[in-house]
Amino acid sequence: MELLGRFAAGDVEAFETLFREYQCDVYRWILRIVRERATAEDLTIETFWRMYRAHAQFDAAKGNCAGWLRRIATNAALDHLRRTRREVPMPEDPPDRPKTPAAERSELQQAILSAINGLSPRLRVAVLLALVEEEPYDSIAEALGISVSAVKVRVFRGVRILRKELTAAGVHP
Amino acid sequence: MSDREMEEMKKLAKEALPPMRDAELARDLWPAMLERLSTQRRGMPWWDWVLLAGASAGIWFAPGVIPALLYHL
Repeated sequence: MELLGRFAAGDVEAFETLFREYQCDVYRWILRIVRERATAEDLTIETFWRMYRAHAQFDAAKGNCAGWLRRIATNAALDHLRRTRREVPMPEDPPDRPKTPAAERSELQQAILSAINGLSPRLRVAVLLALVEEEPYDSIAEALGISVSAVKVRVFRGVRILRKELTAAGVHP
Repeated sequence: MSDREMEEMKKLAKEALPPMRDAELARDLWPAMLERLSTQRRGMPWWDWVLLAGASAGIWFAPGVIPALLYHL
């Protein structure tokens, strides 16, 4: 029986082979979303645990293990973002003295970070993957289980909120 | 919002959050996965025990439900 079929039947050795084959891809994908190495490692294990529990639902005939895993990984990362949603405070009002270019740059980056972290998890994932990681829209759509146009809407809404937040913070992108 | 504004925002976002697509996994996670598998296999969840206890108590105190249960299975 081929590997995916054995996995679907609950064979742990087949699961180990798949784990070793895909762990780096899953880790990198999750890291792009959560941006913390230790968290990405934990969520990689959580992803494979969910995969293992759902082995009977896997359709070995279709054979799209990578796509299935990416979808599970995205959901695990989204669940994490929902659980740990926090807002990084915006920088305080700037003092009157002139700033160095480095200080201005740092302040701008802090403002952008705050604004991105303030987005809802589903918008944040779309913005991070599309803008920062430059993932193709169809790849993001597949991972989120939504249409390409829905991804575009989320990115557009996310960027609009970012611009609004940055303008409110005195940064004009 | 124009394409230019979108590109500007992309540039700003990438400056604040450098892309992580080339990050490498520092260690093999299989040992941790094995530990997770063995931990989860070891115990039955508490609610399963509650259900089992409830079903056992029901059968013990009302044995008349057994034929009805078997009928509906």
